[in-house]
Amino acid sequence: MTNLLASAEEIAARIPDGALLALPPEYAPCSMETIRALVRRGAKDLRLLGVPQFGIQAELLIGSGCVAEVETAAVTLGEQGLAPRFTEAVKQQKIRMRDTTCPAIHAALQASEKGVPFIPLRGLIGTDIAARRDDWHLGENPFGENDPIVYLPAIKPDVSLFHAAKADRNGNVWIGLRRELMVMAHASSAAFATVEEIVEYDLLDDPQTAAGTIPGLYVSGIAQAERGAWPLGVPHLYERDHDHMALYAEMAQTQDGFDAYVDKWVTRKAAAE
Amino acid sequence: MSGIRTEEVMIASIARMLDGLSHIAVGAASPIPGSAALLACQLSGGATRVSLLGRTSNPTFTDGARELFDCAAQGRIDAFFLSGVQIDGQANINLVSIGDPNKPKARFPGSFGSAYLYFVIPRVILFRQDHSPRALVPKVDFISAPGVSEPNVYRPGGPYALVTGRCVFDFDREAGRFVLRSLHPGHTLEEIKRETGFEFGLPDGDAVPETEPPSSEWLELIRGPVGDEIREVYPEFATRMFGKD
Repeated sequence: MTNLLASAEEIAARIPDGALLALPPEYAPCSMETIRALVRRGAKDLRLLGVPQFGIQAELLIGSGCVAEVETAAVTLGEQGLAPRFTEAVKQQKIRMRDTTCPAIHAALQASEKGVPFIPLRGLIGTDIAARRDDWHLGENPFGENDPIVYLPAIKPDVSLFHAAKADRNGNVWIGLRRELMVMAHASSAAFATVEEIVEYDLLDDPQTAAGTIPGLYVSGIAQAERGAWPLGVPHLYERDHDHMALYAEMAQTQDGFDAYVDKWVTRKAAAE
Repeated sequence: MSGIRTEEVMIASIARMLDGLSHIAVGAASPIPGSAALLACQLSGGATRVSLLGRTSNPTFTDGARELFDCAAQGRIDAFFLSGVQIDGQANINLVSIGDPNKPKARFPGSFGSAYLYFVIPRVILFRQDHSPRALVPKVDFISAPGVSEPNVYRPGGPYALVTGRCVFDFDREAGRFVLRSLHPGHTLEEIKRETGFEFGLPDGDAVPETEPPSSEWLELIRGPVGDEIREVYPEFATRMFGKD
């Protein structure tokens, strides 16, 4: 049964310290409200997995000292440039960084979907990414001859966390085209979503929505959070708030500026609501 | 038609390399190649399909973020674009860090899909507007994706050309090196030699050709429909190039 939770705070309370936490890219809806709640609850030692890359989600958690390790293909604020708290944390060796590449993350999650221990992937050979990954294995195509190929271990996140336009009271979450969220939910031990709206009908009853819906079977908990992806967007509902992202990028250049950002937009904003 | 920008010369140079292709994909942080791909689509009368990462309208893919990579693996994508904070003479690209990666002097976003797509997409066009010895180096500090591979490594794809703010290089896969193809208007061979940190070949003949600038008809397309389309994904770039919406 999916838990119908009262708020993003209740989701944050269910994401334990030290968890391997899978997060979507900025163009899929991100549960920024839960990210802020994790900062407020003082989460510790999180291991973040970018599926396959992320930006301000990782920034807020890293800058707030919630993160021990990051595995991702990239951390970027897009047109707002480098992610300053991530950059600083890597340079000062405050987090363990496991560089990877987008399809390696997708493939390793698909291995978990299938319940197999590893998956082979083309490319990768001769990169410094592979050279620095002790957990990857350079093997041979067992069906070919002199055909080297990399084996990746399955990745099974403890929790995946995302935002969506709507869910129903049975815990079915409509994601539309953003099917990386489906893979994340399938592959993870637990999946939590905030949603703009909880509808009173069953999303699986209508074939128009059923195909783009994660069944409640895979969803541990949902909570309503209107504009819960802000300052990122939700496709077809609201746009990424470019001005606010520019403000963040400017303030986060220093730790003091970042702390002032968190005080205003993460701590006090919640207290005022 | 007002003065032609460097970005527009780059867009036109890249668009010429895309003529006749059926499917072009554009990844993250790629407004110049994205514009070139959309221009190629316009010039083809819509026959060329463009998959622009981050675009909500007119999606090509319906199976999530992995589909781009699986599609490329099947040979269904003809061209893609990569850049690097460093690019070296063997077309190795670095998107990660400067100095020791364990204690980097500078850290950048990361390798994105380069470590895979460079291997499987036939025509990967490298782009970098800033053409300086700092960017175009003898050897990259970190190989996000290698320009060439051992003969037994599965590799239907690889580097095709490098377009900078000063010139166009072709990549000779047999020789594993860049060959200067053309100089953008106003740039000289001496300048390219001074500003390039790696060795490169010269074209046959006495003089290096000049990059053909975009025609007035192409400029109208770039500043019109292409600018309108690229704005959805790159609003800052579009405003800087073409003004406010």
